[in-house]
Amino acid sequence: MSTDNLVSSSKAKSAEGEYLTFVLGAEEYGLEILKVQEIRGYDAVTQIANTPEFIKGVVNLRGKIVPIVDLRIKFNLGKVEYNEFTVVIILNLHGRVVGIVVDGVSDVIALKEEQIRDVPSLVTSIDTKYIVGLATLDQRMLILVDIEQLMTSQEMALVDAVAA
Amino acid sequence: MTIDMSQFYEVFFDEAEELLAEAERLLLGINIANPDNEELNAIFRAAHSIKGGAATFGFMDMTEITHVLENLLDKIRKHEMALTAEHVDAFLAAKDVLKMELDGHRLATEVDEEQVADVKMMLKQLSEAGAVSAPVVAPVATAPTPQPAEPIVKESIETPTPDGMSCFNIVMPDITEKDVENLQEELGLLGDATVSKQADGRFVISLTTDSSQDDIVSICSFIVDPDDLVITLKSDSPVVGTSPAQEATSELAIAVETQVDTSNKVLVQEEVGYGLFEEEGKEKQEEGYGFFAPFQPHPDAVKSNLIGDDTALTLANSGTTSAQLATAVKAEVAATTASQDADRRNAGRREADKAPASAEASSIRVGVEKVDQLINLVGELVITQAMIEQRISMLDPVHNEALINSVGQLTRNTRDLQESVMSIRMMPMDFVFSRFPRMVRDLAAKLNKKVDFVTVGATTELDKGLIERIVDPLTHLVRNSVDHGIEIPENRRKAGKSESGTLTLSAAHKGGSIVIEVTDDGAGLNRDRILAKAQSNGLPVSENMTDGEVFSLIFAPGFSTAEVVTDVSGRGVGMDVVKRNITAMGGSVEIRSALGFGTTISIALPLTLAILDGMSVSLGDSVYVIPLNLIVETLQPRAEDIKTVTGEGRMVHVRGEYLPIIALHSLFNHKTDITDPTQGVLVLLESDGKKSALFVDRLVGQQQVVIKSLETNFKKIPGVSGATIMGDGSVALILDVAALIQMGQTTNYITGAASFSNQNNQHMQSNA
Repeated sequence: MSTDNLVSSSKAKSAEGEYLTFVLGAEEYGLEILKVQEIRGYDAVTQIANTPEFIKGVVNLRGKIVPIVDLRIKFNLGKVEYNEFTVVIILNLHGRVVGIVVDGVSDVIALKEEQIRDVPSLVTSIDTKYIVGLATLDQRMLILVDIEQLMTSQEMALVDAVAA
Repeated sequence: MTIDMSQFYEVFFDEAEELLAEAERLLLGINIANPDNEELNAIFRAAHSIKGGAATFGFMDMTEITHVLENLLDKIRKHEMALTAEHVDAFLAAKDVLKMELDGHRLATEVDEEQVADVKMMLKQLSEAGAVSAPVVAPVATAPTPQPAEPIVKESIETPTPDGMSCFNIVMPDITEKDVENLQEELGLLGDATVSKQADGRFVISLTTDSSQDDIVSICSFIVDPDDLVITLKSDSPVVGTSPAQEATSELAIAVETQVDTSNKVLVQEEVGYGLFEEEGKEKQEEGYGFFAPFQPHPDAVKSNLIGDDTALTLANSGTTSAQLATAVKAEVAATTASQDADRRNAGRREADKAPASAEASSIRVGVEKVDQLINLVGELVITQAMIEQRISMLDPVHNEALINSVGQLTRNTRDLQESVMSIRMMPMDFVFSRFPRMVRDLAAKLNKKVDFVTVGATTELDKGLIERIVDPLTHLVRNSVDHGIEIPENRRKAGKSESGTLTLSAAHKGGSIVIEVTDDGAGLNRDRILAKAQSNGLPVSENMTDGEVFSLIFAPGFSTAEVVTDVSGRGVGMDVVKRNITAMGGSVEIRSALGFGTTISIALPLTLAILDGMSVSLGDSVYVIPLNLIVETLQPRAEDIKTVTGEGRMVHVRGEYLPIIALHSLFNHKTDITDPTQGVLVLLESDGKKSALFVDRLVGQQQVVIKSLETNFKKIPGVSGATIMGDGSVALILDVAALIQMGQTTNYITGAASFSNQNNQHMQSNA
C-alpha cells in the first residue's frame, strides 16, 4: 500500500516532461533530462576498496572526482562489458555529480501525463518506488526512473548515511 | 544623494580591525620611559582613522571612545604629558572596548556598556589630570603661535550662541562649481547653507547649524579631502560675501593683540572652565594631524594660521592675492611663526601619510574563495600540462623538436605559476604570534608573574587555512605555559633563576613541514606525578615508558589534573582538544621537558592543506598515494624477518622491533599477484606514535599531489583520506595512514592491540 502511495505521489509530482532514454540490456529506460549534465564515453576508473560491485570507482572529470555506477550491474541487466560504445551519463543531482554506465543512449522525448502508466507491484532488483511510471512509445515500453531518489538512496551506497 | 553605506561597512570593519591590531602591537612594544615619537604618532593615526571611519558610517559609540582616546594620545604625543604604564593600560583597555564595539556592529555580539563607560571615564580622567599641567607647558612651547589666544575667543563665541546654533565658514579647496553645489545641497540638510566666492577664486560655504564640525567634515569628505578643508566658526550670523582678506586682516589684528598677554589669558581659560579642556585637546590633536585650521572654532587664531598656511603653500602658484600677502607680512610674528609652524606640520603630515599610502597600494584585498578557485584552476593546468608532456614524450624528438621545446617552456612556466599561486595563500606566522604579547602581558599581570615574551621566526609562512586553525591550540598552549609553566618570581629566585620567566614562541621550516614551538623556562613536567596520575586514572602505563611517552599522557582526554598540586597542575586541561585539533590538521605534537628547567611543546604541521608530498605505490593495477611525512622507511623484507603469531598475525622484525604487517590488498580486497611480503615492498608508517608496515606491490615514485575531496560527490571511504589526479589524468586515492593502522589492528590481532584498545575506541569515536 505504501508503495502505491509513493508511486502516485512521485508520479503526480514529476511525470510529465522531457526524458533522456537509454538502453540497459534489452530494456529501455528514461530519466529526466534536466538532471543530465553531459554524456561521455567510458574511461578507465579508479577502483575503490570495499564498495559494492556496481560502484565502478571514481574518474577525473575536469578536476572533479566523480563516482561511476554501473546500472547494468545494479539492475542485473545485459552483458557487462566495456568497449568504445559504452556510455556514461553524467548526472548533476543538486550539485552532486555522479556518472552512470549504460549500454547506450537513444533519444530525448517529451512525454505527456496521459502517456505515462502506473507501475504494478513487482519484485525487481530495485524498489519500484524509484520508478516513476511506464510509458509506451511505438510499441516499446519505457521505464521512467526517478534517478535522483535512486542515486541518493541508501542502497546505492553513494552518499554517507544521513546520520553520519 | 543617498548612498547605501552598508556596502562599505565591511571595508571599514576590516580596516578598523587592522588598525586596532596595529595600535595594540605598537602599544605593547612602546618604551614607556622614552617613547618613540614615530610610534606615538602611528598609534594616534590609527585612533584617528578609526574615529574618522566610525563617524562616517555613523558608529557613534566608537567615535566617542576614539575621541577621548585621541585627546589623551595627543597630549602625550606633544609631550605635554609623560607616558606612563597607566596610560598604556588605559589605551589597551580602550582598544578592547573598540574591538568589542566593532564586533557589536559587525557580528551583532553583545557590547558591555558598563565597560565602555568605565574606559571612557578612565581616559577622561587621565586626560584631565594632564590638562591641568598642559596650559602651563603650552605657552612656553608655543608662545609665538596664536594658539594660546584660542580660549578667549572661544569665550566670545560661546556667549552669543547659547542655543547651540553655530555658524561655520567652510573654505573649499580648488574644486569645480558643480561639486560646490552638491556640497551646498548636502550641507543644507544640516542647516542653512550659502555659497560665496573668495577673492582667490575659492568657494566659501557659510553654514548655520547645530551640528558639530565633525558632521560637516564627514559630509564634505565625500567630495573633498578633509585635509584641504578650512572650517571656521563665526560668532555672528552668516557673513555672505565678506572679503576674506579684510576679514583676515582684522582677525589677525586680534590674534597679534591677544598674543601680547598670552600667559594671563591662559590662566583665564583655566578659571573660566567651560569644560573646554577636552575640546582644546581635540583641536590640538587635529591640528597636528594637518587639520589645524578646519577644527578651530576661533576666527582670529584660525585665520592667521590659515593665511600663514596659504602663503606657504600658494606662493609658488602666486594664487594668493596681494592683500592677503600684505596682511601676512603685517602680522609679522604671528604669520611667520604660524607659517613655519604650518610648514613643519605639513611636512610632518606628508611624511606620515606617505607610509600608509604606499602600504595600501602594495596590497589588495581578495576573497579567499577567489584565491582557492585560482589554486584549483592552476592545479588543473598542472595536470593538463603533465598530460601533454606525457603525450609529447611518445613523439619522435627529431621531427617534433620545436614542439618539444615549447612544451618544455610550458612546463617551466606552469611550475612557476603554481608556485606563485600557492604562495598567495601563505601568510606569515606573525599573523598568529602578534596576538600573544598582549595575552601574555595580561595573564602575567593577573598571576603576579614576570614573563618576557619572545617570538622567533615570525616571518615563517604558513597556509592561511592552517594559520586560522592553529590559533586556538596555540593560545591554549601559551596560556598553559604562563599559568602553569612559569613560576612566580619568588619561587624562581629560590630555584636560582632570574625573576622573570621567558616564554618563547618560535616557528621554522623543517623539511616539508613547519614546526611551531612553545618554550618556557619554568618548572617543567614532573614525570612521576604524571605517571601516578595516569595510573590512578586507569591509563595503561609502565615505569619503562620513555619521557616522551609519559609526557604525551597529558594529551589523554580526561587527564584533568585539577586536584594535582603545583608543577603539573592544569597542564592536562583541554590538552586533548589541542592534540585533536592538531591531528585533524595533519600535524603532530611532541613534548620535551626537563624538571626544573622548562618545557617545550613542539607542533609540526604540513605547509599547506591543498598540496601533499606523497609517495605513490602500486597495488595490482591501481596506484595509491601515501603522505610522505608519515613514512619512516621502506624495505624489502627477507623471509626470515617475517614472523607470525598464532599462525595468523604477521609481523616483520626490523632493527629489534616487531611491527605488524598490514596487507593493503587484503584490507582493500584488491586483486594482485603479489601476496608474499618478500616479493613486494613494506612501507613503514608511523602515526600517533604507532608504527606499522604496509605491504604493497611496488613503489612508483615520489611527487607532490593536489588533494581533492572524495566527499564532494561521493562519500568517505574507510582508509582513504582523499584523492588526487595523477599526471596521466587518472585518479589515485590518498591513504589515510592513521585509519589504516587502526584497521590493521582490528583485523590482524597483533600483539599489543589490547593495550591500545582504549585509544582505539577513542579514535573510532572521534572518527565517527
